Amino acid sequence: MKSVLPVLTVIAAILGIWLLAVIPMNMHLVADQAQRDGAVVQPETPAARQGLSGAALAVRNPALIPLTYSFKRPRLPSPQQVAGEMYETIFAKKITSKRSLVYHGWVTLAPTLLGFAIGTGLGILLAVGIVYSRVMDRSVMPWAIVSQTIPILALAPMVIVVMGSMGIQGLFPKSLIAAYLSFFPVVVGMVKGLRSPSAMQLDLLRTYNATGSQGFWTLRLPASAPYLFASLKIGVSASLVGTIVAELPTGARAGFGARMLVGDQYGQPLVSWAALFAAALTAAALVGLFSAIERITLRRMGMAAA
Amino acid sequence: MMYIIAAVLIWVAGWWLNVRLANGATSDRMAVKFMIPAIFGLTIVIVWELLVRGFEVNPVILPAPSSVLLRLVDEGPILWADFRQTILKGAVSGYVIGTVAAFVVAIIADRSDFLTRGILPVGSFMAALPIVGTAPIFVKWLGSDWESKAAVVAVMVFFPILVNTVAGLKDTSGMQRDLMRTYAAGYWQTLFKLRLPSAAPFIFNGLKIGTTLALIGAIVAEFFGSPTVGMGFRISTSFGQLALDMVWAEIVVAALAGSAFYGAMTWMEKRVTFWHPSQR
Repeated sequence: MKSVLPVLTVIAAILGIWLLAVIPMNMHLVADQAQRDGAVVQPETPAARQGLSGAALAVRNPALIPLTYSFKRPRLPSPQQVAGEMYETIFAKKITSKRSLVYHGWVTLAPTLLGFAIGTGLGILLAVGIVYSRVMDRSVMPWAIVSQTIPILALAPMVIVVMGSMGIQGLFPKSLIAAYLSFFPVVVGMVKGLRSPSAMQLDLLRTYNATGSQGFWTLRLPASAPYLFASLKIGVSASLVGTIVAELPTGARAGFGARMLVGDQYGQPLVSWAALFAAALTAAALVGLFSAIERITLRRMGMAAA
Repeated sequence: MMYIIAAVLIWVAGWWLNVRLANGATSDRMAVKFMIPAIFGLTIVIVWELLVRGFEVNPVILPAPSSVLLRLVDEGPILWADFRQTILKGAVSGYVIGTVAAFVVAIIADRSDFLTRGILPVGSFMAALPIVGTAPIFVKWLGSDWESKAAVVAVMVFFPILVNTVAGLKDTSGMQRDLMRTYAAGYWQTLFKLRLPSAAPFIFNGLKIGTTLALIGAIVAEFFGSPTVGMGFRISTSFGQLALDMVWAEIVVAALAGSAFYGAMTWMEKRVTFWHPSQR
């Protein structure tokens, strides 16, 4: 609780920098527009204004500064414009509307969650295989680690198009990417978790004459829970990023990624920024959800992290 | 049909060989530890090649490894130019800018406990966000050459490195800091002799996370506008020409670059944090 004030201070500082940056970023555009509307702008020709920095232009035309915050097609929208656009598209539109961010959010979220579930399931299975089979450990594990250094996310759009050309469309191609991205963090985390019981604990179970499966269900699996949750949090945000990137340059019609691109191409920066922030909020909500589940589960299991 | 039977046979043979090696007496030797994943990878590539031939898979969907290899050799100069544009100019310069900025902010924040407590949660929150989505915005602001890619990369690597550095700088015990005080060490001496070295494992953790992010940022940002060179540009245009073997050749280059980048950081980590238990 005592970190609320520092966090708020940092957020306020970021907002302050943003508010200040809006003026010089938009000044040239605003000055051009004001001149067209008949206002007197210093210096008078656009060419002369090009030579000045945004800040210098703002000093010479202080009357135009308020306009930079409400400019229609800004280079950098002001925070209140983004907030207004988000309110407009989240609450004021019907969910079924093509302009509602809730609709686009669901288009992105559904494949993310499906892929995340698939990736986590397969990841846990592979991790069990790796822990119990020496061959798999030795042959697959190095590749699982190396694969995390490969920028596979950059290929997400291509995967979508290839699958599309094979006639597979809709939810599945995007979930495939989300699954891939959450797969390896879960494998690596679960292998660590399943191996976390000490030799002493394993020996104790052996003295109880426990079978292999009893050892798995009563010792290894519960012991891996903290590691699993750490991986889940990484995996779910990776899945979301994967789905959004997959939507970006593929001509997807709906979803956060598509909104960002539409706003960019049709000169509606507010649409892009609103989608960007909505995606950020979604990621935060997902990570927050898993943190909450983690806290409750670990407390129930008597492993509450101090 | 022959190809498919051969693929099954080779898969079984490779697996059998690995079972023998992994359960054999020599399985803990360095060479064998290296050989098993190598055999596994090679088996997969051969099976892939045979299956593509056996099922006559359309090269627009999945090219054979041999044609990818051919492209890698034939198109060497183009791949090298793309590598220079995307990795050396875009990713590495952005990575350096982001790292330096994260360091400066971390050291400033570290001087006040208040700021540390504010920056840690905000930073780790930002690190989980889809920052790569800012790529179109940066391309619009900074033009389509490598500067916009470097900017995306810098923002992407900034937060993980910041969080890890701030967390690492807190990782000294009161006893150690008291010892420095009894030596009459000033703030900067304590920082350079005690706190930065003991933060090194954390810092390298952030740096290693950053390597992959840097490549992703540089490649993805090129999808939104680039000069007619670059790995992201090549991937999307080759894709438009249905030259999937070229796309895969770029993937191989990206994979090698990513592993090399990561490997370089691991090597530096070994040199710098040789004293840490995890390195001994």
